[in-house]
Amino acid sequence: MGKFIKDRKVQQDNWMPYTGLEDLATIPSGDIYIPFEEWHQNRDQLLQRNSRLGVILENTDDVAALIPDLERLDLIVLQFPKMADGRAFTQARLLRDRYGYKGEIRATGDVLHDQVFFMQRCGFNAFELRDDQDSATVLLAFDEITVIYQPATDEELPIWRR
Amino acid sequence: MYQYSQADHQLLQERVAQFRGQVQRRLRGELSEDEFKQQRLRNGLYLQLHAYMLRVAVPYGLLSSNQMRTLAHIARKYDRGYGHFSTRQNIQYNWPKLEDVPQILDDLAAVEMHAIQTSGNCIRNTTSDPLAGVARDEVADPRPYCELIRQWSTFHPEFNFLPRKFKIAVSGAIHDRAAVAVHDIGLRLVKDASDELEFEVYVGGGLGRTPMIGKLIRASLHPHDMLTYLEAILRVYNRLGRRDNLYKARIKILVHETGEEKFRDLVEAEWQEIKASSLRLANEDIARIQSHFKDPDYELLSDFDHDFDSHLLTNPDFANWASKNVELHKKDGYRIVYLSLKSRNQPTGDVTADQMDAIADLADRYSLGAIRSTHRQNLVLSDVKLADLHHLWLELVKLDLATPNYNHLTDIISCPGMDYCALATARSIPIAQALTERFDSYDYINDLGDLSLNISGCINACGHHHVANIGILGVNKRGVEVYQLTLGGSAREDASIGKIIGPAFTSDEIVKAVADILKVYLDKREGPEEAFLAAYRRLGQAPFKEKLYG
Repeated sequence: MGKFIKDRKVQQDNWMPYTGLEDLATIPSGDIYIPFEEWHQNRDQLLQRNSRLGVILENTDDVAALIPDLERLDLIVLQFPKMADGRAFTQARLLRDRYGYKGEIRATGDVLHDQVFFMQRCGFNAFELRDDQDSATVLLAFDEITVIYQPATDEELPIWRR
Repeated sequence: MYQYSQADHQLLQERVAQFRGQVQRRLRGELSEDEFKQQRLRNGLYLQLHAYMLRVAVPYGLLSSNQMRTLAHIARKYDRGYGHFSTRQNIQYNWPKLEDVPQILDDLAAVEMHAIQTSGNCIRNTTSDPLAGVARDEVADPRPYCELIRQWSTFHPEFNFLPRKFKIAVSGAIHDRAAVAVHDIGLRLVKDASDELEFEVYVGGGLGRTPMIGKLIRASLHPHDMLTYLEAILRVYNRLGRRDNLYKARIKILVHETGEEKFRDLVEAEWQEIKASSLRLANEDIARIQSHFKDPDYELLSDFDHDFDSHLLTNPDFANWASKNVELHKKDGYRIVYLSLKSRNQPTGDVTADQMDAIADLADRYSLGAIRSTHRQNLVLSDVKLADLHHLWLELVKLDLATPNYNHLTDIISCPGMDYCALATARSIPIAQALTERFDSYDYINDLGDLSLNISGCINACGHHHVANIGILGVNKRGVEVYQLTLGGSAREDASIGKIIGPAFTSDEIVKAVADILKVYLDKREGPEEAFLAAYRRLGQAPFKEKLYG
């Protein structure tokens, strides 16, 4: 993982992906995130770990299945397999707006300069940029557009009520 | 019409600056054409057969004379002296240079225009009835609702990367002039039994490879709930719409494959969660937008004008034009005038820069400074005094904008076809021109009455051939352009998809085939009051097949 932006700062990413294939007992301490399926299979064991926990979803997964666990999860990773595939925008909004998730929501995959504006509006606060992206210019992209018409995660009211 | 707020202006400036940066990165080689494509396609810039094509949004088909002058200026300065009005009420320029596009967008922004979301898999420019606010059969003015949809959908963060493009149309009259049944979402304003305004919500209409008529998903939606309900539909579509196959990605396929009932349940369930959100419109939210669309100060006029009547009696050409291209207005003494963009001398929908400037002047002189574009690729002057009609007509004749064929045979919708479009597999414009030349007798066209003929140059159906009474589809069969005929389509309130009549015709045969169809109609109709579509629906395919294929 090369370029990582969280809360509008270029940062070091300390989370480790856990594939589900490793023996849980042997993976070192530290914060890990787990595929959705594995989370459900090994939930009880994982909850005993003395670390922060995250889950990575497919963009076809129903986020409502995570409702019982949201308090315990510090990270939810949502995927953009292609730039054009925008299903994770809806996943993020549901997690924030409907289910009240407060932890980190991270975008991974085809995460490019010209989407981060939309992503932040839907509740993403962390971005694993695609390798060819320049993190300095991506940081500027959050503020290229400042006028917003419709309510979303970052704005409660439509423009005609403000 | 809607006047931009400070925020609306600022948004356009920010968007132009953003796009200028993208163009500069492209011109410096920092973005490949492929990467740039993702950006330009969000801003109406296509790469066509010969050059870039820029599509400019005309929100719900409404233009001021000042905006029209800017469109003329752009055609003259950055293009080849003309523009093309599309079936979505927008205008397209076929020859802009990439490096000029940011400047074009600056010029547009100065008159409250833009190219935002005129392409790409997002919510496109909302279209509407070109007679909104002036039609006699209007239930309620759809434009304030269109404007609310414009604001809600512009840079909607959740719905900018949908499975496929998404088109919304709104109609507010008894007669549907906005083709709501063939849009991803069609909204119709109606009155319920107690005279309260409500929407009928149609979802999943569309043309293209798999033409479908929209399904009535909700028969009664309170206007307060318009945006929350749209948001619920879009959310279901963004989550569940197919992304594995470009040709199955429109919402019509989702509705079809999910089933109407289950799709409705999904939307209703989602709507229950958000219907009380801040997107729920209050009376004052709607009233504030409605205040932008108040009636102009119409004069109190008689609906009788002596000079007009005497011109009708003495000038058959004027009378013929007035009987076809002029419609009643909701106010006595005013008329609605169609400017035909279907003359013999220009491709369908094309307007030169000089014509645009002249139209702007005529709008100022005779029609309160406003112009509308229609989905049948004509223009409208909506507020012309009866007493001015003859003066206006004389001017329009000089400008070649008075072809008396509105809603008649040669009022042809045609896509640009293989002459311009990279997708097309056959030519459309020459076929439209051949038909216009063959059927140039006004007596004959008059006799045929209300009739629609549309031409598409490939199965993507941009020429709306499926919903024409007579549809022509050009395809390429083993290296030869051939033309399939469909009969019985309609884009109005009785919407239907036309049916293929039989094997295709060559470009040499197609004009004769249309003539044969018209002959069958004239022979078999019950009288001049039975229009082509009604006769076809009564007769069925058989007599037409018989004549065409023996």
